[in-house]
Amino acid sequence: MREYTMSSESHLELEIQSNYKRAKATEDDIVNQAQSLGYGEEDLFALRLALEEALANAIKHGNAGDNSKKVNIRYYVDKDRADIYISDEGIGFNPIDVPDPTTADKICIPNGRGILLMRAYMNIVEYSERGNTVHMVKLRSNP
Amino acid sequence: MATDCPNIEIKHIENVTIIDLLDEEILEESTISDISESLFPVVDEANDIKLLLNFEKVKHFSSSALGMLIRLNQQVEEKEGQLKLCHIRKTLFEVFSITKLDRVFEIYASQEDAMASF
Repeated sequence: MREYTMSSESHLELEIQSNYKRAKATEDDIVNQAQSLGYGEEDLFALRLALEEALANAIKHGNAGDNSKKVNIRYYVDKDRADIYISDEGIGFNPIDVPDPTTADKICIPNGRGILLMRAYMNIVEYSERGNTVHMVKLRSNP
Repeated sequence: MATDCPNIEIKHIENVTIIDLLDEEILEESTISDISESLFPVVDEANDIKLLLNFEKVKHFSSSALGMLIRLNQQVEEKEGQLKLCHIRKTLFEVFSITKLDRVFEIYASQEDAMASF
């Protein structure tokens, strides 16, 4: 069961185990909230994709697939924006060190596209200094 | 055996192997793994395969799914086959475009257009 708490005036907070089923359930919660507030299909697609990538990164890379480690998610969705923090228990990384996956020598490498997609679909993507927390914001598009 | 996989449907039309992807969301590693386990043997068992993936039912996929497609494409090329994609909706095509994978894969609007291109 997922337990939600209020971490600030506005953000809901929960901790999940590092598995995709838990992550998907949280992803669905956030996207469904946005949908209920009238976000359009393109915004919902963007939210789902960015969440999927960020959660997969936290589980697979940050927590190295260790189910005993937790992913912390804090989020707030209102009629104007979805504001999301995702943290893992890993040692962190420097996003600058992630190579551009669209160059000729990297284009056929099977992985490394998650951050590119997050940045393409969210209005803000920023990492903590340690690199184990990502903050993403999706501003609701005008209809 | 590929035909036992609930995630795909395999058809043979003329000399083209058409794979209908049945999941609306190809996001989770388990789904991608299941699809891979069905798809890769299809390529392995054939030489010079003409393979068409139909994305008509797919609404969402992750970068891990793109990774699977890249590996599949590499295997098809190693076997001197051809891999093409069709019926990719606009939102998903944008993902190919952002990642510049629209330059790697041949993508067609319809199954008919793709079949004609082989």
